[in-house]
Amino acid sequence: MKNTKILGFRREDNSFGLRNKVIIIPSVHCANKCVENIAKLNPDSVYITHQHGCSQLDYDAKQTQMVLAGHGTNPNVYGVLIIGLGCEVISADNLAKNIKENTPYKEVHHLIIQEEGGVLNTTKKGDAIVKQMLLNAQKQTQSFGDWSDIVLGTECGGSDAFSGLSANPALGAVSDFIIEHDGSVILAETTELIGAEHLLAKRAINEEIKNKVYSTINNFEQLVLNSHADIRGANPSPGNIAGGLSSIEEKSLGCIYKAGSKPLVDVKEYAHKITQKGLTLMNTPGNDIEQLSGMVAGGCNLCIFTTGRGTPTGSPITPTIKVSSNTKTFLNMQDCIDINAGDILDGKKTMEEKKEEILEFVIKLSQGELTKAEINKQNDFSIWRLATTC
Amino acid sequence: MQFIIINQLDNVATTLKDCKSGEKLGDVTLLQDIKNGHKFAIKDILKGENIVKYGEVIAQASCDIKKGSHVHIHNIEGIRGRGDKQ
Repeated sequence: MKNTKILGFRREDNSFGLRNKVIIIPSVHCANKCVENIAKLNPDSVYITHQHGCSQLDYDAKQTQMVLAGHGTNPNVYGVLIIGLGCEVISADNLAKNIKENTPYKEVHHLIIQEEGGVLNTTKKGDAIVKQMLLNAQKQTQSFGDWSDIVLGTECGGSDAFSGLSANPALGAVSDFIIEHDGSVILAETTELIGAEHLLAKRAINEEIKNKVYSTINNFEQLVLNSHADIRGANPSPGNIAGGLSSIEEKSLGCIYKAGSKPLVDVKEYAHKITQKGLTLMNTPGNDIEQLSGMVAGGCNLCIFTTGRGTPTGSPITPTIKVSSNTKTFLNMQDCIDINAGDILDGKKTMEEKKEEILEFVIKLSQGELTKAEINKQNDFSIWRLATTC
Repeated sequence: MQFIIINQLDNVATTLKDCKSGEKLGDVTLLQDIKNGHKFAIKDILKGENIVKYGEVIAQASCDIKKGSHVHIHNIEGIRGRGDKQ
């Protein structure tokens, strides 16, 4: 993998995009339809919809704002159009301002449906803005980057008993490679660290990080305990259980392999920006899409997602490579899965060969090859909710 | 490879194919059909004893488990995240 260059978009703050997306974001769910209208008129744009942005308590609203803004500031994004309604908690102008302040070099526009005189007018105006942004985005020139430009979000979903034997250790080898080359790697899914926290804590670079590992995981477990619910059935999920996993501890011990073996340098709350090279723990739920959206908001420009049972998941802006833990799932869901790590268990590939195969695919996708999730336009998005709506 | 014992401390192994009752894997004779990816006991395990995989505790036995038995949610219980026990 030496001397191979990654192609992408160097941003003014030195961050690096593997993609150059124009994204349309509703600040509130009342604007979802308008966002969809504009996106339909502009198939080269991407969009998200969600069910938040209003009637949220302040800490939950803050979390929503952070995830939405993070999707705008992510280096894979060239420009943003925010659509708001006008009376919501998360206002379009404030969200646009927030994105512009953090990434002044981006094109950031916003429209407010009540001010524009309805959805049709807003759609028409938004369509023109997005069309112009798409033209402008095409004028951006690509340049070479390297592995130090990667902020890799690691994820596993629909896990089975093989995840911890093939796909996660292969991803762990990739994580180690990226860290050795001065890149950043995110380990998340706090739920799926319950029972493996001592292994992660041992890798903390100092006492402060070590304590944060324990407090982050303990606090999450306490939420479950306070609910008086049995975590089993939620996590491990029914599919995990059918795949041979019997407890959250067993799942966690397989999950942690994807974070490789390097020291843990930082712990971040959900959707907060990743600021360190090396391995960072981000506090997220195990829920695949909430986790992915949190990591993307944190600046992750590449996601590698291992799966045992098979999953279609992808992000609107961050290329998400799916790696299956077993050959049966790969063959069963070829439209969704990019790489098969099951051939390690079949005795056909070594872990090292699988690592190289994944890294080669990363280079190809930086040069324009699409992941299966991108081909399927699998633009998943959801936010970890903290509280009730009011 | 038909099964894997991940760590020498483990008291369970994981199958790498669908296995039939009576099949011999290493020195263990399976007492039940066991699906690909599921676990079986590689020694007799007493009720309350830790179930060890990856060299780490993954659960406790909820009843006595004979060597060669399928080990899953019907005879082991996760210890962590058990709000139902609070």
